[in-house]
Amino acid sequence: MSGGQNIVTSWSLIRAFTILIYLFMFLPVAVVVLLAFNANQFGSFPMEGLSLRWFVELWNNDAIVRAFKTSVLLGSLTAAVSTTLGVLTSLALVRYDFRGKGLITTLMIAPILVPEVVLAVALLLFLRWLEMPKSFPLLLLGHVIFTLPFVVLIVQARLVAVRRDYEEAALSLGANAFHTFREVTLPLIMPAVFAGVIFAFTISFDDVTGTLFWKPGGVETVPTQIFAMLRNSISPEINALGAVMVVVTVAVPLLGVSIARRMAAALR
Amino acid sequence: MSASDVDAPGARPWILMSPALAAVAMLLVIPVCFIAVYSFWLRTAVGSEQVGFYLDNWIEVLTDPFYRDILFQTLRIAAASTLLCITLGYVPAYFIARSTTRHKAVLILLLMLPFWISYIIRTMSWINILGVSGALNVFLLWLGVISEPMQILYNEGTVILGLVHFLLPFMILNIYVSLDGIDGNLVDAARSLGCTGWQAFREVTLPLSLPGLAAGSLLCFVLGAGTYITPMILGGPRDAMFANLVFETIITQLDWPLGSALSLVLLVVLGSVVMLYSRFAGIGQLAKSFR
Repeated sequence: MSGGQNIVTSWSLIRAFTILIYLFMFLPVAVVVLLAFNANQFGSFPMEGLSLRWFVELWNNDAIVRAFKTSVLLGSLTAAVSTTLGVLTSLALVRYDFRGKGLITTLMIAPILVPEVVLAVALLLFLRWLEMPKSFPLLLLGHVIFTLPFVVLIVQARLVAVRRDYEEAALSLGANAFHTFREVTLPLIMPAVFAGVIFAFTISFDDVTGTLFWKPGGVETVPTQIFAMLRNSISPEINALGAVMVVVTVAVPLLGVSIARRMAAALR
Repeated sequence: MSASDVDAPGARPWILMSPALAAVAMLLVIPVCFIAVYSFWLRTAVGSEQVGFYLDNWIEVLTDPFYRDILFQTLRIAAASTLLCITLGYVPAYFIARSTTRHKAVLILLLMLPFWISYIIRTMSWINILGVSGALNVFLLWLGVISEPMQILYNEGTVILGLVHFLLPFMILNIYVSLDGIDGNLVDAARSLGCTGWQAFREVTLPLSLPGLAAGSLLCFVLGAGTYITPMILGGPRDAMFANLVFETIITQLDWPLGSALSLVLLVVLGSVVMLYSRFAGIGQLAKSFR
Protein backbone atom coordinates (compact mmCIF):
# COMPACT_ATOMS: atom_id res chain seq x y z
CA MET A 1 0.00 0.00 0.00
CA SER A 2 1.34 3.42 -0.84
CA GLY A 3 -0.44 4.93 2.18
CA GLY A 4 2.37 4.04 4.56
CA GLN A 5 4.87 6.04 2.55
CA ASN A 6 2.51 9.01 2.46
CA ILE A 7 1.98 8.96 6.19
CA VAL A 8 5.72 8.97 6.79
CA THR A 9 6.34 11.94 4.50
CA SER A 10 3.36 13.97 5.72
CA TRP A 11 4.38 13.28 9.31
CA SER A 12 7.88 14.59 8.65
CA LEU A 13 6.36 17.65 7.00
CA ILE A 14 4.26 18.20 10.11
CA ARG A 15 7.36 17.82 12.26
CA ALA A 16 9.36 20.24 10.16
CA PHE A 17 6.57 22.82 10.32
CA THR A 18 6.34 22.40 14.09
CA ILE A 19 10.07 22.98 14.45
CA LEU A 20 9.79 26.16 12.36
CA ILE A 21 6.96 27.45 14.56
CA TYR A 22 8.94 26.76 17.72
CA LEU A 23 11.89 28.61 16.20
CA PHE A 24 9.58 31.53 15.42
CA MET A 25 8.44 31.58 19.04
CA PHE A 26 11.87 31.41 20.62
CA LEU A 27 14.45 32.79 18.22
CA PRO A 28 13.67 36.49 18.82
CA VAL A 29 13.98 36.03 22.57
CA ALA A 30 17.21 34.09 22.11
CA VAL A 31 18.52 37.04 20.09
CA VAL A 32 17.72 39.40 22.97
CA VAL A 33 19.67 37.23 25.40
CA LEU A 34 22.53 36.89 22.92
CA LEU A 35 22.76 40.63 22.30
CA ALA A 36 22.79 41.28 26.04
CA PHE A 37 26.30 39.81 26.01
CA ASN A 38 27.35 41.88 23.02
CA ALA A 39 30.57 43.85 23.45
CA ASN A 40 29.57 46.21 20.62
CA GLN A 41 28.68 49.57 22.10
CA PHE A 42 25.49 50.03 20.08
CA GLY A 43 24.18 46.65 21.05
CA SER A 44 23.44 45.67 17.50
CA PHE A 45 24.80 43.18 15.02
CA PRO A 46 27.46 42.29 14.11
CA MET A 47 28.53 40.96 17.50
CA GLU A 48 32.02 42.03 18.50
CA GLY A 49 32.67 39.48 21.18
CA LEU A 50 31.13 38.64 24.50
CA SER A 51 31.05 40.92 27.47
CA LEU A 52 29.22 41.36 30.75
CA ARG A 53 29.52 45.14 30.68
CA TRP A 54 25.80 45.74 30.11
CA PHE A 55 24.90 43.72 33.17
CA VAL A 56 27.38 45.75 35.20
CA GLU A 57 25.76 48.93 33.89
CA LEU A 58 22.33 47.60 34.85
CA TRP A 59 23.60 46.95 38.34
CA ASN A 60 24.92 50.50 38.57
CA ASN A 61 21.78 52.07 37.15
CA ASP A 62 19.77 53.28 40.14
CA ALA A 63 16.53 53.68 38.21
CA ILE A 64 16.63 50.07 37.03
CA VAL A 65 17.57 48.65 40.43
CA ARG A 66 14.71 50.66 41.96
CA ALA A 67 12.29 49.39 39.32
CA PHE A 68 13.40 45.85 40.01
CA LYS A 69 12.79 46.24 43.74
CA THR A 70 9.36 47.76 43.08
CA SER A 71 8.43 44.86 40.79
CA VAL A 72 9.54 42.21 43.28
CA LEU A 73 7.69 43.88 46.16
CA LEU A 74 4.56 44.40 44.08
CA GLY A 75 4.64 40.84 42.74
CA SER A 76 5.11 39.32 46.19
CA LEU A 77 2.32 41.33 47.81
CA THR A 78 0.02 40.62 44.86
CA ALA A 79 0.75 36.90 45.11
CA ALA A 80 0.12 36.85 48.87
CA VAL A 81 -3.19 38.73 48.75
CA SER A 82 -4.47 37.11 45.56
CA THR A 83 -3.71 33.57 46.68
CA THR A 84 -5.32 34.08 50.10
CA LEU A 85 -8.51 35.42 48.54
CA GLY A 86 -8.42 32.81 45.79
CA VAL A 87 -8.06 29.83 48.14
CA LEU A 88 -10.92 30.99 50.36
CA THR A 89 -13.14 31.52 47.32
CA SER A 90 -12.27 28.14 45.82
CA LEU A 91 -13.15 26.42 49.09
CA ALA A 92 -16.55 28.10 49.07
CA LEU A 93 -17.17 27.30 45.40
CA VAL A 94 -16.11 23.64 45.54
CA ARG A 95 -17.05 22.56 49.05
CA TYR A 96 -20.41 24.26 49.53
CA ASP A 97 -23.68 24.39 47.71
CA PHE A 98 -25.48 27.69 47.63
CA ARG A 99 -27.75 29.71 45.46
CA GLY A 100 -26.25 31.81 42.71
CA LYS A 101 -23.10 29.70 42.42
CA GLY A 102 -22.99 30.03 38.63
CA LEU A 103 -23.24 33.78 38.84
CA ILE A 104 -20.52 33.97 41.50
CA THR A 105 -18.23 31.76 39.41
CA THR A 106 -18.70 34.03 36.40
CA LEU A 107 -18.11 37.07 38.58
CA MET A 108 -14.86 35.59 39.85
CA ILE A 109 -13.44 35.08 36.38
CA ALA A 110 -14.90 38.37 35.09
CA PRO A 111 -11.63 40.28 35.59
CA ILE A 112 -10.03 38.25 32.79
CA LEU A 113 -13.08 38.47 30.54
CA VAL A 114 -13.06 42.28 30.68
CA PRO A 115 -10.31 43.76 28.48
CA GLU A 116 -7.46 44.86 30.71
CA VAL A 117 -7.53 48.41 29.34
CA VAL A 118 -11.15 48.81 30.35
CA LEU A 119 -10.46 47.38 33.80
CA ALA A 120 -7.51 49.78 34.12
CA VAL A 121 -9.55 52.83 33.12
CA ALA A 122 -12.52 51.93 35.32
CA LEU A 123 -10.43 51.30 38.43
CA LEU A 124 -8.27 54.38 37.89
CA LEU A 125 -11.19 56.75 37.37
CA PHE A 126 -13.34 55.26 40.15
CA LEU A 127 -10.59 55.48 42.76
CA ARG A 128 -9.65 58.94 41.56
CA TRP A 129 -13.25 59.97 42.10
CA LEU A 130 -12.96 58.54 45.62
CA GLU A 131 -9.94 60.86 45.89
CA MET A 132 -7.47 58.02 45.96
CA PRO A 133 -4.73 59.14 43.57
CA LYS A 134 -2.35 56.99 41.59
CA SER A 135 -0.23 55.24 44.16
CA PHE A 136 1.44 51.98 45.09
CA PRO A 137 -1.72 50.70 46.87
CA LEU A 138 -3.76 51.38 43.72
CA LEU A 139 -1.19 49.42 41.72
CA LEU A 140 -1.47 46.57 44.22
CA LEU A 141 -5.30 46.55 44.12
CA GLY A 142 -5.21 46.49 40.34
CA HIS A 143 -2.74 43.61 40.22
CA VAL A 144 -4.75 41.65 42.79
CA ILE A 145 -7.97 41.94 40.82
CA PHE A 146 -6.58 40.64 37.54
CA THR A 147 -4.50 37.82 39.07
CA LEU A 148 -7.34 36.58 41.30
CA PRO A 149 -9.21 34.66 38.55
CA PHE A 150 -6.10 32.65 37.67
CA VAL A 151 -5.60 31.60 41.30
CA VAL A 152 -9.29 30.65 41.63
CA LEU A 153 -9.18 28.55 38.44
CA ILE A 154 -6.00 26.73 39.46
CA VAL A 155 -6.97 26.02 43.09
CA GLN A 156 -10.52 25.05 42.15
CA ALA A 157 -9.25 22.47 39.65
CA ARG A 158 -7.11 20.87 42.35
CA LEU A 159 -9.75 21.04 45.07
CA VAL A 160 -12.28 19.20 42.91
CA ALA A 161 -9.81 16.30 42.75
CA VAL A 162 -9.29 16.13 46.54
CA ARG A 163 -11.73 13.63 48.02
CA ARG A 164 -14.10 14.86 50.65
CA ASP A 165 -13.55 11.70 52.75
CA TYR A 166 -10.30 12.92 54.28
CA GLU A 167 -11.92 16.08 55.55
CA GLU A 168 -14.92 14.16 56.85
CA ALA A 169 -12.62 11.75 58.67
CA ALA A 170 -10.89 14.64 60.40
CA LEU A 171 -14.20 16.26 61.27
CA SER A 172 -15.59 13.03 62.67
CA LEU A 173 -12.47 12.64 64.81
CA GLY A 174 -13.30 15.92 66.45
CA ALA A 175 -11.28 18.49 64.52
CA ASN A 176 -13.09 21.77 63.91
CA ALA A 177 -13.46 23.27 60.45
CA PHE A 178 -10.37 25.44 60.77
CA HIS A 179 -8.17 22.61 62.00
CA THR A 180 -9.46 20.35 59.26
CA PHE A 181 -8.53 22.97 56.72
CA ARG A 182 -5.07 23.55 58.18
CA GLU A 183 -4.15 19.93 58.81
CA VAL A 184 -5.90 18.13 55.95
CA THR A 185 -7.18 20.28 53.10
CA LEU A 186 -4.34 22.80 52.88
CA PRO A 187 -1.54 20.20 52.68
CA LEU A 188 -3.49 18.37 50.00
CA ILE A 189 -4.01 21.44 47.83
CA MET A 190 -0.56 22.89 48.57
CA PRO A 191 0.81 22.24 45.05
CA ALA A 192 -2.05 24.27 43.57
CA VAL A 193 -1.67 27.02 46.17
CA PHE A 194 1.99 27.19 45.32
CA ALA A 195 1.21 27.27 41.59
CA GLY A 196 -1.24 30.09 42.30
CA VAL A 197 1.46 32.09 44.09
CA ILE A 198 3.88 31.62 41.21
CA PHE A 199 1.23 32.47 38.62
CA ALA A 200 0.14 35.63 40.42
CA PHE A 201 3.72 36.75 41.00
CA THR A 202 4.74 36.23 37.39
CA ILE A 203 1.66 37.88 35.90
CA SER A 204 2.12 40.84 38.19
CA PHE A 205 5.87 41.04 37.54
CA ASP A 206 5.25 41.07 33.79
CA ASP A 207 2.24 43.38 33.57
CA VAL A 208 2.51 46.59 31.62
CA THR A 209 -1.00 47.27 30.26
CA GLY A 210 -2.66 48.08 33.58
CA THR A 211 0.49 49.26 35.30
CA LEU A 212 1.02 52.15 32.86
CA PHE A 213 -2.41 53.47 33.88
CA TRP A 214 -2.06 52.99 37.61
CA LYS A 215 1.55 53.78 38.42
CA PRO A 216 2.23 57.12 40.04
CA GLY A 217 4.71 59.43 38.35
CA GLY A 218 8.28 58.50 39.17
CA VAL A 219 7.46 54.92 40.12
CA GLU A 220 8.51 52.35 37.55
CA THR A 221 8.28 48.58 37.46
CA VAL A 222 10.70 46.62 35.30
CA PRO A 223 8.32 46.39 32.29
CA THR A 224 7.38 50.08 32.41
CA GLN A 225 11.05 50.95 32.79
CA ILE A 226 11.79 48.96 29.64
CA PHE A 227 8.86 50.65 27.94
CA ALA A 228 10.19 54.08 28.88
CA MET A 229 13.69 53.15 27.68
CA LEU A 230 12.28 51.92 24.35
CA ARG A 231 10.94 55.41 23.76
CA ASN A 232 14.49 56.61 23.12
CA SER A 233 15.97 53.78 21.15
CA ILE A 234 16.89 50.19 21.64
CA SER A 235 20.05 50.07 23.69
CA PRO A 236 22.16 47.14 24.80
CA GLU A 237 21.03 47.90 28.33
CA ILE A 238 17.45 47.04 27.36
CA ASN A 239 18.62 43.71 26.01
CA ALA A 240 20.50 43.01 29.23
CA LEU A 241 17.46 43.97 31.28
CA GLY A 242 15.40 41.78 28.95
CA ALA A 243 17.73 38.87 29.60
CA VAL A 244 17.37 39.35 33.36
CA MET A 245 13.60 39.56 32.95
CA VAL A 246 13.54 36.33 30.92
CA VAL A 247 15.55 34.57 33.59
CA VAL A 248 13.26 35.79 36.39
CA THR A 249 9.99 35.07 34.60
CA VAL A 250 11.14 31.67 33.35
CA ALA A 251 13.29 30.40 36.20
CA VAL A 252 10.79 31.26 38.94
CA PRO A 253 7.92 29.25 37.42
CA LEU A 254 10.18 26.37 36.38
CA LEU A 255 11.52 26.16 39.90
CA GLY A 256 7.97 26.45 41.17
CA VAL A 257 6.73 23.66 38.92
CA SER A 258 9.47 21.30 40.06
CA ILE A 259 8.83 22.09 43.73
CA ALA A 260 5.07 21.63 43.22
CA ARG A 261 5.73 18.27 41.50
CA ARG A 262 7.84 17.17 44.42
CA MET A 263 5.12 18.25 46.84
CA ALA A 264 2.49 16.37 44.84
CA ALA A 265 4.70 13.28 44.74
CA ALA A 266 5.29 13.44 48.49
CA LEU A 267 1.54 13.46 49.06
CA ARG A 268 0.99 10.26 47.15
CA MET B 1 -20.46 16.11 42.56
CA SER B 2 -23.42 14.55 44.33
CA ALA B 3 -25.59 16.43 46.78
CA SER B 4 -24.19 14.56 49.77
CA ASP B 5 -20.70 15.83 48.99
CA VAL B 6 -21.53 19.34 49.96
CA ASP B 7 -22.65 20.93 53.16
CA ALA B 8 -26.09 22.33 53.62
CA PRO B 9 -26.22 25.95 52.55
CA GLY B 10 -25.29 28.30 55.30
CA ALA B 11 -23.40 31.45 55.96
CA ARG B 12 -19.97 29.83 55.76
CA PRO B 13 -19.41 29.91 51.97
CA TRP B 14 -20.39 33.55 51.94
CA ILE B 15 -17.95 34.33 54.73
CA LEU B 16 -15.19 32.53 52.85
CA MET B 17 -15.97 34.36 49.63
CA SER B 18 -16.59 37.76 51.12
CA PRO B 19 -13.08 39.21 50.73
CA ALA B 20 -12.85 38.16 47.09
CA LEU B 21 -16.42 39.20 46.36
CA ALA B 22 -15.78 42.57 47.96
CA ALA B 23 -12.65 42.93 45.83
CA VAL B 24 -14.43 42.07 42.58
CA ALA B 25 -17.34 44.35 43.47
CA MET B 26 -15.24 47.32 44.58
CA LEU B 27 -12.48 46.99 42.00
CA LEU B 28 -14.37 45.82 38.94
CA VAL B 29 -18.18 45.87 39.02
CA ILE B 30 -18.71 49.24 40.67
CA PRO B 31 -15.87 50.92 38.74
CA VAL B 32 -17.31 49.73 35.41
CA CYS B 33 -20.77 51.01 36.43
CA PHE B 34 -19.08 54.21 37.53
CA ILE B 35 -17.47 54.89 34.15
CA ALA B 36 -20.84 54.22 32.53
CA VAL B 37 -22.21 57.15 34.54
CA TYR B 38 -19.01 59.15 34.16
CA SER B 39 -19.22 58.96 30.37
CA PHE B 40 -22.26 61.25 30.51
CA TRP B 41 -20.38 63.95 32.39
CA LEU B 42 -18.48 66.68 30.65
CA ARG B 43 -14.95 67.87 30.88
CA THR B 44 -14.83 71.59 31.33
CA ALA B 45 -12.18 73.96 30.08
CA VAL B 46 -10.64 74.25 33.54
CA GLY B 47 -10.09 70.52 33.68
CA SER B 48 -12.60 69.50 36.33
CA GLU B 49 -15.67 67.67 35.16
CA GLN B 50 -19.23 68.83 35.12
CA VAL B 51 -21.66 66.36 36.67
CA GLY B 52 -24.85 65.86 34.73
CA PHE B 53 -26.39 64.02 31.84
CA TYR B 54 -24.72 65.14 28.63
CA LEU B 55 -24.74 63.12 25.45
CA ASP B 56 -21.77 65.02 23.97
CA ASN B 57 -19.17 62.30 24.56
CA TRP B 58 -21.38 59.60 23.13
CA ILE B 59 -22.34 61.66 20.11
CA GLU B 60 -18.68 62.32 19.45
CA VAL B 61 -17.67 58.66 19.89
CA LEU B 62 -20.53 57.24 17.82
CA THR B 63 -20.56 59.73 14.95
CA ASP B 64 -16.96 60.79 14.44
CA PRO B 65 -15.60 58.67 11.55
CA PHE B 66 -12.14 58.88 13.15
CA TYR B 67 -13.20 56.59 16.00
CA ARG B 68 -15.17 54.30 13.71
CA ASP B 69 -12.20 53.85 11.38
CA ILE B 70 -9.88 52.99 14.25
CA LEU B 71 -12.43 50.54 15.63
CA PHE B 72 -12.62 48.77 12.26
CA GLN B 73 -8.85 48.84 11.95
CA THR B 74 -8.59 47.27 15.42
CA LEU B 75 -11.05 44.50 14.56
CA ARG B 76 -9.26 43.90 11.25
CA ILE B 77 -5.85 43.61 12.91
CA ALA B 78 -7.23 41.30 15.61
CA ALA B 79 -9.02 39.14 13.03
CA ALA B 80 -5.95 38.87 10.81
CA SER B 81 -3.80 37.91 13.81
CA THR B 82 -6.33 35.29 14.89
CA LEU B 83 -6.51 33.76 11.40
CA LEU B 84 -2.74 33.64 11.20
CA CYS B 85 -2.60 31.99 14.62
CA ILE B 86 -5.03 29.31 13.43
CA THR B 87 -3.00 28.71 10.27
CA LEU B 88 0.32 28.57 12.09
CA GLY B 89 -0.93 26.91 15.27
CA TYR B 90 -2.98 23.92 14.16
CA VAL B 91 -0.15 21.81 12.80
CA PRO B 92 2.11 22.14 15.88
CA ALA B 93 -0.86 21.39 18.15
CA TYR B 94 -1.58 18.28 16.07
CA PHE B 95 2.06 17.26 16.22
CA ILE B 96 2.20 17.58 20.02
CA ALA B 97 -1.07 15.72 20.51
CA ARG B 98 -0.07 12.84 18.21
CA SER B 99 3.55 12.50 19.16
CA THR B 100 4.21 9.55 21.42
CA THR B 101 7.85 10.23 22.09
CA ARG B 102 9.29 11.60 25.30
CA HIS B 103 9.66 14.92 23.46
CA LYS B 104 5.98 15.49 24.08
CA ALA B 105 6.46 16.70 27.66
CA VAL B 106 9.29 18.97 26.55
CA LEU B 107 7.18 20.40 23.72
CA ILE B 108 4.34 21.16 26.12
CA LEU B 109 6.69 22.73 28.63
CA LEU B 110 8.21 24.86 25.87
CA LEU B 111 4.69 25.86 24.84
CA MET B 112 4.04 27.16 28.35
CA LEU B 113 7.31 29.11 28.45
CA PRO B 114 6.21 32.05 26.29
CA PHE B 115 3.44 32.72 28.82
CA TRP B 116 6.20 33.37 31.29
CA ILE B 117 8.63 35.21 29.05
CA SER B 118 7.79 38.84 29.47
CA TYR B 119 5.30 40.19 26.93
CA ILE B 120 7.18 43.44 26.54
CA ILE B 121 10.47 41.61 25.95
CA ARG B 122 8.92 39.36 23.35
CA THR B 123 7.40 42.35 21.59
CA MET B 124 10.53 44.47 21.61
CA SER B 125 12.66 41.48 20.56
CA TRP B 126 11.44 42.07 17.00
CA ILE B 127 13.25 45.40 16.93
CA ASN B 128 16.48 43.41 17.23
CA ILE B 129 15.43 41.25 14.30
CA LEU B 130 13.74 43.69 11.92
CA GLY B 131 15.11 47.07 12.97
CA VAL B 132 17.39 49.18 10.77
CA SER B 133 20.41 47.69 12.53
CA GLY B 134 18.64 44.42 13.26
CA ALA B 135 19.70 40.91 12.40
CA LEU B 136 17.82 40.71 9.10
CA ASN B 137 19.14 43.98 7.66
CA VAL B 138 22.69 43.25 8.77
CA PHE B 139 22.49 39.81 7.21
CA LEU B 140 21.07 41.07 3.90
CA LEU B 141 23.65 43.87 3.75
CA TRP B 142 26.39 41.34 4.36
CA LEU B 143 25.00 39.15 1.57
CA GLY B 144 24.91 42.17 -0.68
CA VAL B 145 21.22 41.72 -1.49
CA ILE B 146 20.51 45.28 -0.39
CA SER B 147 22.85 48.26 -0.33
CA GLU B 148 21.24 50.15 2.52
CA PRO B 149 19.07 49.04 5.44
CA MET B 150 15.37 48.61 4.74
CA GLN B 151 12.69 50.11 6.97
CA ILE B 152 10.70 46.98 7.77
CA LEU B 153 9.29 47.96 11.14
CA TYR B 154 6.54 50.30 12.23
CA ASN B 155 3.59 49.36 10.06
CA GLU B 156 0.45 47.29 10.32
CA GLY B 157 2.28 44.19 9.19
CA THR B 158 4.74 44.30 12.07
CA VAL B 159 1.90 44.98 14.54
CA ILE B 160 0.21 41.79 13.31
CA LEU B 161 3.53 39.94 13.48
CA GLY B 162 4.03 41.03 17.08
CA LEU B 163 0.48 40.01 18.00
CA VAL B 164 0.83 36.60 16.34
CA HIS B 165 4.08 36.06 18.22
CA PHE B 166 2.33 36.96 21.47
CA LEU B 167 -0.91 35.03 20.87
CA LEU B 168 0.26 31.87 19.10
CA PRO B 169 0.95 29.88 22.32
CA PHE B 170 -2.64 30.52 23.51
CA MET B 171 -3.96 29.13 20.24
CA ILE B 172 -1.67 26.08 20.12
CA LEU B 173 -2.43 25.23 23.75
CA ASN B 174 -6.19 25.40 23.26
CA ILE B 175 -6.16 23.33 20.07
CA TYR B 176 -3.82 20.84 21.74
CA VAL B 177 -6.15 20.41 24.74
CA SER B 178 -9.00 19.63 22.36
CA LEU B 179 -7.00 17.25 20.15
CA ASP B 180 -5.55 15.43 23.14
CA GLY B 181 -9.04 14.67 24.42
CA ILE B 182 -10.08 12.86 21.23
CA ASP B 183 -10.46 9.11 21.63
CA GLY B 184 -7.85 7.57 19.32
CA ASN B 185 -10.21 4.67 18.60
CA LEU B 186 -12.49 7.01 16.66
CA VAL B 187 -9.78 7.74 14.11
CA ASP B 188 -8.85 4.05 13.95
CA ALA B 189 -12.49 3.15 13.39
CA ALA B 190 -12.76 5.67 10.55
CA ARG B 191 -9.59 4.28 9.00
CA SER B 192 -10.77 0.65 9.27
CA LEU B 193 -14.03 1.67 7.59
CA GLY B 194 -12.02 2.77 4.57
CA CYS B 195 -11.28 6.43 5.15
CA THR B 196 -7.96 7.72 3.90
CA GLY B 197 -5.81 9.49 6.46
CA TRP B 198 -6.92 12.87 5.17
CA GLN B 199 -10.59 11.88 5.18
CA ALA B 200 -10.34 10.60 8.74
CA PHE B 201 -8.76 13.88 9.75
CA ARG B 202 -11.40 15.96 7.96
CA GLU B 203 -14.41 13.95 9.12
CA VAL B 204 -13.36 12.97 12.66
CA THR B 205 -10.36 14.83 14.08
CA LEU B 206 -11.05 18.32 12.74
CA PRO B 207 -14.70 18.54 13.86
CA LEU B 208 -13.81 17.21 17.31
CA SER B 209 -11.07 19.80 17.69
CA LEU B 210 -13.36 22.72 16.86
CA PRO B 211 -14.14 23.58 20.52
CA GLY B 212 -10.44 24.17 21.20
CA LEU B 213 -10.07 26.06 17.95
CA ALA B 214 -12.99 28.29 18.92
CA ALA B 215 -11.70 28.88 22.45
CA GLY B 216 -8.24 29.71 21.12
CA SER B 217 -9.68 32.07 18.53
CA LEU B 218 -11.77 33.87 21.12
CA LEU B 219 -8.76 34.38 23.37
CA CYS B 220 -6.56 35.56 20.51
CA PHE B 221 -9.18 37.92 19.15
CA VAL B 222 -10.12 39.48 22.48
CA LEU B 223 -6.54 39.79 23.73
CA GLY B 224 -5.39 41.10 20.35
CA ALA B 225 -8.16 43.67 20.02
CA GLY B 226 -7.56 45.00 23.53
CA THR B 227 -3.86 45.73 23.32
CA TYR B 228 -2.14 49.08 23.03
CA ILE B 229 1.43 48.05 23.86
CA THR B 230 2.14 46.16 20.62
CA PRO B 231 1.07 49.04 18.31
CA MET B 232 3.06 51.46 20.46
CA ILE B 233 6.24 49.40 20.13
CA LEU B 234 5.94 47.88 16.67
CA GLY B 235 3.46 50.15 14.88
CA GLY B 236 3.81 53.48 13.11
CA PRO B 237 1.80 56.60 13.91
CA ARG B 238 -1.09 55.44 11.71
CA ASP B 239 -1.37 51.98 13.22
CA ALA B 240 -3.08 52.97 16.45
CA MET B 241 -5.61 50.52 17.80
CA PHE B 242 -8.69 51.33 19.84
CA ALA B 243 -6.95 50.80 23.18
CA ASN B 244 -4.33 53.35 22.10
CA LEU B 245 -7.14 55.88 21.75
CA VAL B 246 -8.28 55.09 25.27
CA PHE B 247 -4.73 55.45 26.60
CA GLU B 248 -4.17 58.75 24.77
CA THR B 249 -7.49 60.20 25.90
CA ILE B 250 -7.06 59.22 29.54
CA ILE B 251 -3.33 59.62 30.13
CA THR B 252 -2.29 62.34 27.68
CA GLN B 253 -5.41 64.45 27.09
CA LEU B 254 -6.84 63.83 30.57
CA ASP B 255 -10.34 63.85 29.08
CA TRP B 256 -11.70 61.25 31.47
CA PRO B 257 -15.40 61.35 30.54
CA LEU B 258 -14.56 60.86 26.85
CA GLY B 259 -12.06 58.15 27.77
CA SER B 260 -14.81 56.41 29.76
CA ALA B 261 -17.11 56.41 26.74
CA LEU B 262 -14.33 55.00 24.55
CA SER B 263 -13.54 52.26 27.10
CA LEU B 264 -17.21 51.29 27.20
CA VAL B 265 -17.31 50.98 23.41
CA LEU B 266 -14.38 48.57 23.58
CA LEU B 267 -16.04 46.68 26.45
CA VAL B 268 -19.35 46.36 24.58
CA VAL B 269 -17.74 45.27 21.29
CA LEU B 270 -15.42 42.68 22.85
CA GLY B 271 -18.02 41.72 25.46
CA SER B 272 -20.51 40.82 22.75
CA VAL B 273 -17.87 38.61 21.09
CA VAL B 274 -17.42 36.78 24.41
CA MET B 275 -21.22 36.51 24.88
CA LEU B 276 -21.69 35.16 21.39
CA TYR B 277 -19.01 32.59 22.05
CA SER B 278 -20.31 31.52 25.45
CA ARG B 279 -23.79 31.08 23.98
CA PHE B 280 -22.42 28.54 21.49
CA ALA B 281 -19.57 26.93 23.39
CA GLY B 282 -19.80 27.77 27.07
CA ILE B 283 -17.08 29.45 29.07
CA GLY B 284 -16.07 26.06 30.54
CA GLN B 285 -13.90 25.27 27.51
CA LEU B 286 -11.63 28.17 28.36
CA ALA B 287 -10.98 26.79 31.84
CA LYS B 288 -9.81 23.46 30.41
CA SER B 289 -6.31 24.67 29.64
CA PHE B 290 -5.76 25.12 33.39
CA ARG B 291 -6.18 21.44 34.18
